[in-house]
Amino acid sequence: MADSQVTATPMIFETELASTSQDVRGALDSVSGVLGLSGWNAAACGVVELVLAEALNNIVEHAYRDCPDGHIVLRLRAGAEFADLTLHDRGSAMPDFRLPAGRFVDVGVRCEDLPEGGFGWYLIRTLAEDICYTRENDRNRLELRICRHTHDDFHGAENPRR
Amino acid sequence: MHLTVTQASDPQIIRVEEGRIDSAVAIQFKDAVRTQVSPDAARVVLDLGAVDFIDSSGLGAIVAAMKALQKHQRLDLAALRPMVDKVFRMTRMDTIFVIHDTVETARGEAAH
Repeated sequence: MADSQVTATPMIFETELASTSQDVRGALDSVSGVLGLSGWNAAACGVVELVLAEALNNIVEHAYRDCPDGHIVLRLRAGAEFADLTLHDRGSAMPDFRLPAGRFVDVGVRCEDLPEGGFGWYLIRTLAEDICYTRENDRNRLELRICRHTHDDFHGAENPRR
Repeated sequence: MHLTVTQASDPQIIRVEEGRIDSAVAIQFKDAVRTQVSPDAARVVLDLGAVDFIDSSGLGAIVAAMKALQKHQRLDLAALRPMVDKVFRMTRMDTIFVIHDTVETARGEAAH
């Protein structure tokens, strides 16, 4: 993908969704479309989609505890260098008002002990450049920045040992 | 959740006819695989050639499907597309599953 195809002016996209996995899918599709129009290639789009999927799933499953009438506002600002995502919701706060640690889950264990979850925050923390969480007026605000150049091939930035 | 058994045994090959294995379909996926797995197959291969996207729920569902197999059975994966492959490598799940580049190579390997 030639850099000249990447638009210099950031694109702004904003949408509102309900706390359901179907709405999450719809939002991911929209964001992928906007990033594609901004010149982001499939690899970089895929990373934004994955980070956003994990963040939205966390809101649906934990902040709103799988209750489908929660409200989420998603804002994307996509430029040549970064995709900045901002998510607002009115669900429960993160435990201790802090971002989960998202430590690497050790998979070097017996088959029956293998984890079936716990990878979400690890993936977010590994792939996002910056993460900021605040709780104000009973509202969660999560900001995530993904750097395009770090992820514009499928092999970049995957070392999990950090 | 649409799965197709493209080879009965052995290995049994199950093709996932979905573009995404995510939280919207994780539970259906796990149940569908469990239903399709042949009790006679020593090796089951999931053909993921149509799957463009997987999230941590989808990853968990594949692990759950593997754990639901009988003791003598093994679950392999084949034809991972780039983003799916990336998620498996990032989480080191590529060290847990035997991953074949193509369904053909999965078919070629003798069952253990």
